[in-house]
Amino acid sequence: MGLLSKKDLKLITDPLADNNPVTIQVLGICSALAITAELEASIVMSVAVLFVLGIGNVVISLMRNIIPSKIRIIVQLIVVATLVIIVDLVLKAYAYQLSKTLSVFVGLIITNCIIMGRFEAFALANGPWKSFLDGIGNAFGYGLLLIIVGFFRELLGSGTLLGFEVLGNPIDKTGVYAFRYENNGFMLLAPMALITVGIIIWIQRSRNTALIED
Amino acid sequence: MGLKQNLHNFKEKNKDKKWLPLFNAFHTFLYAPNEVSHNGTHIKGADDLKRTMNTVIMALIPCLIFGMYNTGYQHYLAIGEINSVSAGFFSPEFWTLANFWVGFAKTLPLILVSYGVGLGIEFIFAIKNGHEVEEGYLVTGMLVPLIVPIDIPLWMLAVAVIFGVVLGKEVFGGTGMNILNPALLIRAFLFFAYPTWMSGDKVWVTGAVERTKEIAEGSTADVISGETILGSLAQGQEVAYSAWDMFYGFIPGSVGETSTLLILLGALFLIFSKIGSWRIMLSSVLGALVMGLIFNFAADSGWISESSKFYSLMNTEFWQHLLLGGFAFGAIYMATDPVTASQTNKGKWIYGFLIGFISILIRVFNPAYPEGVMLAILLMNVFAPTIDHYVVQGNVKRRLKRLKTKTA
Repeated sequence: MGLLSKKDLKLITDPLADNNPVTIQVLGICSALAITAELEASIVMSVAVLFVLGIGNVVISLMRNIIPSKIRIIVQLIVVATLVIIVDLVLKAYAYQLSKTLSVFVGLIITNCIIMGRFEAFALANGPWKSFLDGIGNAFGYGLLLIIVGFFRELLGSGTLLGFEVLGNPIDKTGVYAFRYENNGFMLLAPMALITVGIIIWIQRSRNTALIED
Repeated sequence: MGLKQNLHNFKEKNKDKKWLPLFNAFHTFLYAPNEVSHNGTHIKGADDLKRTMNTVIMALIPCLIFGMYNTGYQHYLAIGEINSVSAGFFSPEFWTLANFWVGFAKTLPLILVSYGVGLGIEFIFAIKNGHEVEEGYLVTGMLVPLIVPIDIPLWMLAVAVIFGVVLGKEVFGGTGMNILNPALLIRAFLFFAYPTWMSGDKVWVTGAVERTKEIAEGSTADVISGETILGSLAQGQEVAYSAWDMFYGFIPGSVGETSTLLILLGALFLIFSKIGSWRIMLSSVLGALVMGLIFNFAADSGWISESSKFYSLMNTEFWQHLLLGGFAFGAIYMATDPVTASQTNKGKWIYGFLIGFISILIRVFNPAYPEGVMLAILLMNVFAPTIDHYVVQGNVKRRLKRLKTKTA
């Protein structure tokens, strides 16, 4: 047996597909809409949530026996807020431009339902190692979706990926732009993020019909 | 044995084949089918859905033909080869074969792409889901070429049609289940995705983009202005067209929506064949007039200064709003779509009135959207079920009250 037992591994792999926090539980949608117009922002957001959820789950799990249940939400908020402030300050120090793009949405990780959801549903009832795996598993699931959506929105909306002009230059008419291709401005607007998430949900559920609930 | 019997035998022989819906679709388009549909949007006497759709297409044909002539006319007018119309609707400058051929060559690809892509998707979904091909796209496919600018690149149209049919209709369960009007959804997609091809002063006259490029490269061609009337008004410019030009439709605009006269003709046809709801048509015109009057009143009584960017649109005569842009086309052919409109009679009045009202509101106040009817109809499509719900509930309440007073 390796580092992870089968049960532990399931904690990480389940949220990637069959129990994805975004497409199945439909949590964390607001940030998925707001910051996915660029791939880079999606990746940074995913890493930030990975950090907050991974460590937050462990901290809450360690404290789970001493938190009075009446004030547990406040305790959880303080833990998330502390972690989010760390992320925010690190971003401002090392990636100022990016932190401007993400603007308020880094701070809003505090209210990301995925995080509070995992604290409530998992970390309060399980040990730190399991909670850690559950935390990074859900963060990976969230990040995976963010990156897929960000990939398509940036590619089709701006014709770039991570800022590189992969489709050619629209002004000099190189690459595909020479064939009268044009960027789809609709992809950069928030409704298209919702529709992209919807299409992913559609594909996922038509491939695995067990996920369809009536 | 005639062709009809042959086709029928063919159908019987291939009953179990997967591609049969595809054959059926063409078969029933040519001949009245032996089966009538049992449910759907049309529940009404002897007509099946396909006949209903065909009637609407017939009502659209005059607009289409006029659009072809107008495309050529605007083109030759822009390059200075003909003079503007001189003798009313039947002006010889307009109804020339040369005009028609330019428009025909430009419009035909739009129609082919619209039908080809749209019906292709319908066939794929019908075969995959194992049901008959539904006729819903017949009208949409004709509406789409009529409401886009003539020079829209064909691949953009194809992408938009895929978007509109798959996400506007098929995901909801196909014909009769859609919340939004698919043709308008296709136009809205184009509008937000490729705004440079859907607005501005270059896209409404065929070849204008290329000519602008040539001029930039030093050609001696005349500078052309192909701005629509609403576009000029939104920028506070003078309008060079008379109200009769607007009524007859000798103005730049989307392919089939310029001629208010022919749209009126189509409206009469739809009303007499009882396909289109006169309540929606009339109430949306009323709504537009009321909003126009309010704006006229605001402009006349000096609530808004003449230097304001809204002034020239506010000061447009209220009745002229009916002739401008796509309002008439939208109110007659789009708002009356039986699937997405309100179903109750009282609901139809409210639904139509708000469409007219909001159209003019958007038209005047939002410079980014020179024409508001598209957004107004899509917005009211969303609210149509809510309107119906409250109309029905109101009726229930009223009758319960009557019952109570009787028993008391």
